[in-house]
Amino acid sequence: MDFSQFSHIFWSVPTNEVPAADWWIDVLRAFVRILVPVFFVLLLVPPLVWFERRLLGFMQQRQGPNRVGPEGIVQTIADGVKLLMKEDIIPSNVDRTLYVLAPIIMLIPALVTAGVLPWHPSLVWGAGAPNVDIGVLYLLAWSSLAVYGVVMAGWASNNKYALLGGLRSSAQMISYELGMGIAVVTVVLISGALSVRDIVFDQSAYGWIKDAAHTTAHHAAYTWGIVHKPWLGFLNPWHVAQFFPMGFVAAFIYVVAMLAETNRSPFDLPEAETELVAGYHTEYTSMKFAMFFMGEYANMVVVSAIAATLFFGGWTTPIAQLDQWDNTAVGWIIPAAMISAKIGLGLYFFVWIRATLPRIRYDMLMSFGWKGIFPIALGNLFCVAVSLTAGYWAGLAVWIVLAVGALLIVANLDSTKRFTEKTRRRSVLGLYASAQPFQMPLVKTSNGAPPVDGRTAAEELVK
Amino acid sequence: MSLWDDIKALAEEVKAPLTGLSITDSYSRQPRVTIQYPDVRRPLSRRARWRHVLNRYENGLEKCIGCSLCAGACPANAIYVKAAENTAENRVSPGERYAEQYEINMIRCIFCGYCEEACPTQAIQLKDIYELADDERKDLIYTKEMMLTPAPEEE
Ligand code: SF4
Ligand code: SF4
Repeated sequence: MDFSQFSHIFWSVPTNEVPAADWWIDVLRAFVRILVPVFFVLLLVPPLVWFERRLLGFMQQRQGPNRVGPEGIVQTIADGVKLLMKEDIIPSNVDRTLYVLAPIIMLIPALVTAGVLPWHPSLVWGAGAPNVDIGVLYLLAWSSLAVYGVVMAGWASNNKYALLGGLRSSAQMISYELGMGIAVVTVVLISGALSVRDIVFDQSAYGWIKDAAHTTAHHAAYTWGIVHKPWLGFLNPWHVAQFFPMGFVAAFIYVVAMLAETNRSPFDLPEAETELVAGYHTEYTSMKFAMFFMGEYANMVVVSAIAATLFFGGWTTPIAQLDQWDNTAVGWIIPAAMISAKIGLGLYFFVWIRATLPRIRYDMLMSFGWKGIFPIALGNLFCVAVSLTAGYWAGLAVWIVLAVGALLIVANLDSTKRFTEKTRRRSVLGLYASAQPFQMPLVKTSNGAPPVDGRTAAEELVK
Repeated sequence: MSLWDDIKALAEEVKAPLTGLSITDSYSRQPRVTIQYPDVRRPLSRRARWRHVLNRYENGLEKCIGCSLCAGACPANAIYVKAAENTAENRVSPGERYAEQYEINMIRCIFCGYCEEACPTQAIQLKDIYELADDERKDLIYTKEMMLTPAPEEE
């Protein structure tokens, strides 16, 4: 076989049309393909850590890291090298197997989940694993495995703080997984598909529709056509805006649950410094700690990618007519750029939330999960089901009745009454509003060297 | 409280995180207050007492006359002065004598400023040169050459 034939098969022949003798090309391709999301996620972690610290700094009127490299972007590399150089301590009374396994188990689910998230509709190169029929189940199954890493770390460390952190984390993840699962089921209901690829197709107006005549067991064929009417003539029907309040509520619930799933502020109870030292990774040092760290940030990337794919249109552009995914360079760049931009916005949101919301109390976290997120998600799912069977207006009517009823019940609760009588929100807000940011006049001097006459600076100010 | 008030209070609770988000967002676009120290310095007060400086007259002669009053006044015993006679061909200061050797041990010095007060000619002054850290104890004994202001250029 000559090279041009190989590259033709490698780059553009779908799996089910590869000649039987050349099966190894398909296997090779699968290997290369799966490396793309893995490297995307792993290589995004250092810039993400830098981005988070810098943005947190800006939001607190600080600079954040800005010394190493342009704008400080190499700071994370320096920190990583420092972590690797540190002594790797395994405390004497730990359960060694679990202790070593925990950081690995924390990191792997994030990388594996990224495999089914598409960046292009192509069945050949569109995702790490472009044609997984039960992509959504795969996502749910793997994303709930990360908690094992946390629990194992807490258990194996033989440290009461680590154990408490691990237990908190498992309770929290199980509670919020329910809400998250129901939000995802809402999407599955709306789009009628379990494959992530089909879910994204469902969110584009001018898309490829499933061609039943050509669909085989392993390969869903699509032909070009109008799937949905675009909204206002140009907007893609993203799931966040489907069945107006319901898609939005589902997206909101997913976003809250994803904050909780990744142990991010305001749900970062498992690593609450003020109570638990460093939580489940108290006993970890060096490379193992770095892996926990990486796992956490890789998880952030992956959950924002999932949110972007399920609710915000995946690789589709907001404007339906801009969607292009033919086999040209533009047709590849636009979808990949769109999904990357959406992931970036999700990460910005993560950091923004962290800069804003304080960590909530543990009992509030649990009651918010079970009494807030879970019933809202269930009711919302019910309304979506009604909309699908009896039409949007019936669903909306049910939604409004449920929402008003819930609001009346909640507002009449004794605990609400106790709360509203004591709330001090107004006075606290007033205090914040009257606080002025600190300012200081600056004097420029030459870099590094002290002024010859030390008093010049002060005297300049007096003049 | 009536039901309507309760609903309003709940709505405020829902609005609160959004208010917070808008506050942090607006702050992220405001100027940063960090003073980037080695590049930018915050001016010190005129009375800041840091490293000593040995002054000169405008004609280039040293003000210090080697009288050791500063060493006597120093509560930390940080100053060592060794005086020498001025001669016609080697005139360093206007008076009879000058400080041939003048050392201050910055590890001992407590920056009290008594030396400045004791000096009859205002030869020694504490200024706002505050970057005194070093990793060698010996280098922290400042000699006369290190503290003397540079001689005015010959005209
Ligand atoms: S500042 Fe005080 S302690 Fe320092 S040399 Fe002068 S008199 Fe001594
Ligand atoms: S610095 Fe002042 S007090 Fe000290 S020896 Fe010189 S003239 Fe005397």
